[in-house]
Order: sequence, then C-alpha cells, then structure tokens
Amino acid sequence: MSGRRIFARPARLAAIAPYVWMVLFFLVPFGFVLKISLSQTAIAQPPYEPVFDLTAGWEALRAAFAALSLDNFRLLASDDIYVFAYVRSLTVAVTATALLLLVGYPIAYGMARLPTRWQAVAMVLVIVPFWTSFLIRIYAWINILQHDGLLNQILLALHLVSQPVVWLSTDSAMYIGIVYSYLPFMILPLYATLAKMEPVLEEAASDLGAPPWQVFWLVTFPLSLPGVGAGVLLCFIPIVGEFVIPDLLAGSNSLMIGQTLWLEFFTNKDWPVASAAAIVLLVVLLVPLLLYERLQRRQLEQGR
Amino acid sequence: MRKLSRLSRFNIASLALGLAFLYLPILILVIYSFNASRLVTVWGGWSLRWYHEFFGDRAMIEAAWMSLRVAASSATIATLLGTLAAVALSRGERFRGRTLFSGMLYAPLVMPEVITGLSLLLLFVALNAERGFWTVTIAHTTLTMCFVAVVVQSRLGSLDRSLEEAAMDLGCNPVRAFVAVTLPLIAPAIVAGWMLAFTLSLDDLVIASFTTGPGSATLPIRIYSEVRLGVKPEINAICTLVIALIAVVIVIASLASKLSSSQGESAAPL
Repeated sequence: MSGRRIFARPARLAAIAPYVWMVLFFLVPFGFVLKISLSQTAIAQPPYEPVFDLTAGWEALRAAFAALSLDNFRLLASDDIYVFAYVRSLTVAVTATALLLLVGYPIAYGMARLPTRWQAVAMVLVIVPFWTSFLIRIYAWINILQHDGLLNQILLALHLVSQPVVWLSTDSAMYIGIVYSYLPFMILPLYATLAKMEPVLEEAASDLGAPPWQVFWLVTFPLSLPGVGAGVLLCFIPIVGEFVIPDLLAGSNSLMIGQTLWLEFFTNKDWPVASAAAIVLLVVLLVPLLLYERLQRRQLEQGR
Repeated sequence: MRKLSRLSRFNIASLALGLAFLYLPILILVIYSFNASRLVTVWGGWSLRWYHEFFGDRAMIEAAWMSLRVAASSATIATLLGTLAAVALSRGERFRGRTLFSGMLYAPLVMPEVITGLSLLLLFVALNAERGFWTVTIAHTTLTMCFVAVVVQSRLGSLDRSLEEAAMDLGCNPVRAFVAVTLPLIAPAIVAGWMLAFTLSLDDLVIASFTTGPGSATLPIRIYSEVRLGVKPEINAICTLVIALIAVVIVIASLASKLSSSQGESAAPL
C-alpha cells in the first residue's frame, strides 16, 4: 500500500536525532576506550599520555602510531589478578544464571498457569521490584544478613545454629543478592513464552500416558527454550560485569572484573589498564551481546 | 478427555515463595526505618527520628536534589529521543544503517554499566567538558532512551496501522496523521517510558560515579559511600523515602498503562 511508503519517509527522518546521539555518546566513546587502552600511564590529570594529537601533522601522527603499545593488554594477560578476575566473573555469572533459571522457572510456570485475570496482577507484582532501586535492594539484604541481622536471629531462635553465622562478605551473600536483583529479568521472558504455549500439547502428552515430569521435560521445557535463551542472556551479560553486588556483599579476597576495573580506575588511577580491562570484557561479551541483539530485534519486529 | 488441573499445589507454592522472596526484604527495610533504636536489630518502638536526621543532613538533601534534577531532565530528553527512535524502527521500513541503529539501541540494555560509564567518562575528558550535572544527565539519557525506545516500539508494533493509513487516505499528510492518530494511541507507552527512564536514572550508581565531578554527588553515590561503612538507620529512612517516591511513579505509570490497555491490547513490557 502506498500509504505505508509515504509514512516511512518522515519516520526514517525521525531516526536522525537519536542516531546522532547514539553515535556520539555510545559508539564514539568506545573509540576513546580503545585509544586509551593502548597508551601509557602518566601521573597527571588526566592520568594517561595522549596517544595522538591530530593537530600535530602527519609525521607526528606516524610517530604516535609507533608509540601505541599493547603493554596494558600484556599486563592483563600476565598478571594473575586479572586472569583470576575474568575467570571468576565468568564462573559467578554461569553459576548465578543457573540459579536464576532454577528459581525463576517455577515462578514463571506458576504465573503462566494462573487464570488469565490473575496473570496480569502477578506480572505487575514481579515487575514492581525491578522499579525499586538496585542499591536499596542490596542494602535491604545487608540489613538481613549482617551479624546480628534478622536471618541470624531467626536461625538462633529456631535453634538451627548455636552461634551467629557469618553471611556478609561471603559468596552465598553475593549469590543471594544477584538472584534477588536479577530475578524479574529471568521470570519475564520465561513467562512470556510459557503463557503463549498451547495447554493442549501438555494435555495430549499426559493423555498418552506420560507422567508429569516427562510431560514437563519432553514437552513444556523444550517449547519454552526461546524464553530460556532470552532470560539467560538478559541475566548473564550484565552479571559478568557486575560491580555493586560483589562489592557490597562478597568478600574482598577474590574480585570480579567489574571490581578490578573500578579499582584500577578510581583507586589506582590507572586509566589505561582500566580501559584495557573494559576492552577485554567487551570482547568476552561480544558473542552473547550479538545473540541478544538478534533476539531482541526479532521479538520487537515480529509484528511488522 | 481428562483435563490436567491447570494450577497445581506446586505452582501455588512456588508463586507464594517467589513473591515473598521479592517483597520481604523491602518490607523489612521499610519497617526498620521507623525503628526508634540506634541499633538496627533491636526494636525500640515506632519513631520518625531517622527521617528528621535525614532532613537535617545537608549533604544528603543536596545529593537527593541533584538526583531528582538529573532524573527529570534525562528522562525528558530520553523520552523524546527514544520515541523518535521507536518510530523510525517500527515505521521507517528499511533504511541505511538500520542494523547499526538497532544494535546501538539494544546493546546498552544489557551492557555492563562499568563499560558504559568508563567510555562516557573518557569522552567527556577528551572533550574537556566540566563534569557535573550535564555530564551525568547526558550519560543517563544515553542509557535510558534505549529503554524508552523498546517500550514505545513494542506499543507501536501492536497498533493497527490501517488507522494511520486511513487518516492519510482522508487527506492528512504523514506528520499530521502521526500527531492526530498515532501519538494519542502511543501516549500511555510514552508516559510509561518516561517513568521508567526517571526511576532508572534515580537508581543508577555506577554510570553516575564515572561521569560526575567533585562536589556533585547523586543520591545513590552518597548512599553507597554510607553503606560501605555499615548499616545506618538513617539510610533505612532515605531508602524508604525513595521507595515511596517510586511507588507514586509506579501508580501513575500503571494508570497510564491501564488507559493504554483499554484502548488496545497488551501494554508495554517491563
């Protein structure tokens, strides 16, 4: 229809402002990260040697290119602290995502089986915590998990433990914090696919004699895989670079990469190393990021 | 044919436990903010003492004011840009650079905040921009416009396009058709997008820490530095106030989306 085509032209013009904005404030900054990751640390403000000065002419530019160094990356690869930090980030992200799937799936499944009218209510109830501050939610857990906090009081009162358990500054506290903060991100995509599923399929499997766990494992779960994929990516990618939760809840003896980056930047003022760490983190996340982008685009543009 | 019971006991139990897990910690925090005792764990009766303390704390109040200003301005710019982006993506058909455009819009949704924060800071330093209100506002706009774009785009995707086409067949030019027909229909999603952008900005610690300058801390930055020193009852009070503010925002947003769902089907996600 021609109306569509006439409408499309001004709609395309609408892209100009956000396009320019995103190029300027999202794409271009990565160039700076790359540039500074290749430069040397300097004790100055800003704390790095400029890599090239475009006003200085061609010769100077060539000299500058010769001065580019991979030293910061070599440092990252040779120093155990960084290697451990990357390994730990990935391990934490994999474990936490698995936990999230384990906790989130039954909740999403329960939501999808509610009467339609209640499903909307349940969805709002799951989304609301996402709107309250991240930091506040972590802080709420510090309240509960501290030495004389509510959890220890309850455990002592029930005589489950004889003396207070140390919860803060442990990995368990961190995993509780991560699962708590990211749960809505896991539940919502799972719920979206589970709610769309035809109940007839499960009924058919059950009529043909499959016990409930087999119905779930052979019919429900495979059909919900798109939602599983979306939820896993939505949680995994940001958790790898997570800073606040491990910083406030986990111990300080093994850091995640987001924390090392923060430390290099704010405490050691070593911007080039922090930039190099960011570049490596970005490269690690490139494949999941691209996967996520494709999924998101397909989902939003399906209706066209 | 035997019908499976739709809602098993297991379903109900997991829902109840899940919701309790999501809400109890926040509830406990709110209750303890009214605790008269200085010791966080000892209940000393109801009191508004910590709220008084907060309103007497000038640094905190200034940080809160800074956060509110940043949130309001960045949400407004982000709503404008995000809506334009959503219109381009859902109505612009094919155009050059479309893949890059959608990539740039969807990536920040999951990009670790340390990366976004660091890269923006390096840009501001290179531009020699004075860091403070405007740099944080620009940084938050960049992040939140992506969320607005997704919310509005999903609403645009569910609209019946024959309405716009009918308006144009009746002689409207495309811009007029958009303003008269499309805009009122997506208005609730735009409102919801603004609210989401506002709360995300109010909430952000990492990106703000990178992009702000000395002397212009936002509320989360102040809260974070206090929390690192341990639990303080005053923080409970501040957190409760923030939760109350966000609750008001949510009520408005849900009224807007109710308006939206009475006009068409499904409301925006997130």
